[in-house]
Amino acid sequence: MIKETFKQAVQNVLSNKVRTFLTMLGIIIGVMAVIVIVGLGNGMTNMMQDFYSDMGSDILSVNVMTASTRSVEVDDVYRIINEKPEYYKGLSPIASVGDTLRVAGEKYRRTYISGVNEDYMTINNYKVAKGRGIQYADLIDNKNVCVIGDYVDRKIFGGNGLGSTLKVGASEYRIVGVLEGRSKPASQYEGGNDDIVLVPYTTLMSVNNTSSVSQYYVVLQDADHSDEAQEFLQSRLKKLVSKDDYVYVMSLSAAMKQMSSMINVMVGVLTAIAGISLLVGGIGIMNIMLVSVTERTREIGIRKALGAQESTILTQFVVEAGVTSALGGCLGIVLGYVVSAIINQILPYILTDITLNVTPSADAAAIAVGISCGIGVLFGFLPARRAASLNPIEALRYD
Amino acid sequence: MSTLIEFDGVCKYYQMGDTLVKAADHVSFKINKGEFVAIVGQSGSGKSTCMNIIGCLDVPTEGTYLLDGKDVGKMSRRELANIRNEKLGFIFQQYNLLPKLTLLENVEVPLVYAGIPAAQRHATAKAALERVGLGNKLKNLPNQLSGGQQQRVSIARALARGPAVILADEPTGALDSHTSREVLGMLQDLHKQGNTVVLITHDNSIAVQAERIIRLEDGRVVYDGDAHAPEAVVQPNFMMAEPKAGEEGTQA
Repeated sequence: MIKETFKQAVQNVLSNKVRTFLTMLGIIIGVMAVIVIVGLGNGMTNMMQDFYSDMGSDILSVNVMTASTRSVEVDDVYRIINEKPEYYKGLSPIASVGDTLRVAGEKYRRTYISGVNEDYMTINNYKVAKGRGIQYADLIDNKNVCVIGDYVDRKIFGGNGLGSTLKVGASEYRIVGVLEGRSKPASQYEGGNDDIVLVPYTTLMSVNNTSSVSQYYVVLQDADHSDEAQEFLQSRLKKLVSKDDYVYVMSLSAAMKQMSSMINVMVGVLTAIAGISLLVGGIGIMNIMLVSVTERTREIGIRKALGAQESTILTQFVVEAGVTSALGGCLGIVLGYVVSAIINQILPYILTDITLNVTPSADAAAIAVGISCGIGVLFGFLPARRAASLNPIEALRYD
Repeated sequence: MSTLIEFDGVCKYYQMGDTLVKAADHVSFKINKGEFVAIVGQSGSGKSTCMNIIGCLDVPTEGTYLLDGKDVGKMSRRELANIRNEKLGFIFQQYNLLPKLTLLENVEVPLVYAGIPAAQRHATAKAALERVGLGNKLKNLPNQLSGGQQQRVSIARALARGPAVILADEPTGALDSHTSREVLGMLQDLHKQGNTVVLITHDNSIAVQAERIIRLEDGRVVYDGDAHAPEAVVQPNFMMAEPKAGEEGTQA
């Protein structure tokens, strides 16, 4: 019996293709939107995780902006760190430079150049593939040496960067080491974690003619004391500067968590909006089912005269609504994946500086279809009950 | 002969505005197993109401209707659906086939509701269609058939469950005289094979094909007896001494 009901429901749904398609449109669009939006959220989360997961333990990023006369010296920061060895494992100043990388007259604007100390590579989990890293001796002597990332080595030097020279601003640096490439795809592009040039921070400071560095990475002993370590560092640094100056200590893991929750909220809101489309789709189904019940009043009368139970008629219409919305849900999934793929093709041209991949998840697809089925059944119920409760005599007389 | 249908003081009242319409007013009759009865009356006579009650589509306001000894008036809607499926075979004026289903599927509908397994269903439906001479059109759709053929499909559908009563509501109303005779002949054949046939019509020339006539007027039985007796076919208006005002076909 239930098999017959399904067969007839599918026949009915397919017998009026245009109407069925238009009825399903709301569900199709809703499911598609949910899939693409959740995919986008997944993509953003993945991108962020790729970016940060290369770093080993938790890191505090310290920014000091000194506008007034007093400034924080590198040694001040070292001293604070050494006060609490139970909190901090080490640190590296990150000296920045205004100039771009130049190799053989060619400019590479996206390559990230930073002045670091001998601990930087350990802090950021970089391993030396060829040559050596930045060493303490380089720092003391302000040597014009550098270590390059895997991307720089492959794209600019064709894999033979070791021993060559490159220019940053007016200074020339000899490449003494090449770093291993990162495994994550987010690193392997222009401007990524592998597109870097590391030089001794002291060298950069002398070139820039400054005595302070505005950014530091501080590595923590463990993540458990992340908050205390952050607090302590912030308060001690504040004492060194005037109150107009800006000191900001941020935990990268906390920042990532914050970003994650922001992305989640955003995805949640967008999904809710897409969910409204599902709701509207459900109402569309209810509407067309009501029309269908009216159109088929006579059929219902005939079926009742032939001995159909009210429950059978009810099931027939509920199943029809369910089949319509389930079909819409499946088409929505297909469309969602297609649209995601199209977005992934187009996105690199629009967002050139980041790699964002829309990653639809099977979970979201399953939930979306489950919900659309549920909506179909829910909104099909009212028309179905109307059909089931029709008076057979009046239904038979209906034209 | 055992009684199959027993109307005992059956009434059906409708409230229409502030007037009470007595569609059936203490109608009593018995129909035995194997009879061929025509229920005749003009529109408004209450014959449709009686048909609906006999067909278990409606229940009486007052009085009792026993079908095969069971009181239909006390049945739930679920039981009514079951009894329609099991005991009654409907033949309608408009054939009432389901347009999207093939002939075979149409005849199978009551069998589906009876919960009969597919293989047995196909065989039964096929046999019923062969019986009405449409065994070669099983896969056709109703609209590919002539009116007479469609009515034969509806007869096959009525027969499929082997019902106790075949209830034909103006079965020839939409047919030309030639196919009307064909369909009536088929009903007579069914009667000869031992089926109980109840024919509802307004047309005396159709009614006389039955062996017994029950004539209704204004919700009352005005004649019940042999279909071939002269008074069976006399227009009730002529039998009345004083025609009621407002009656159809009366003169002032």
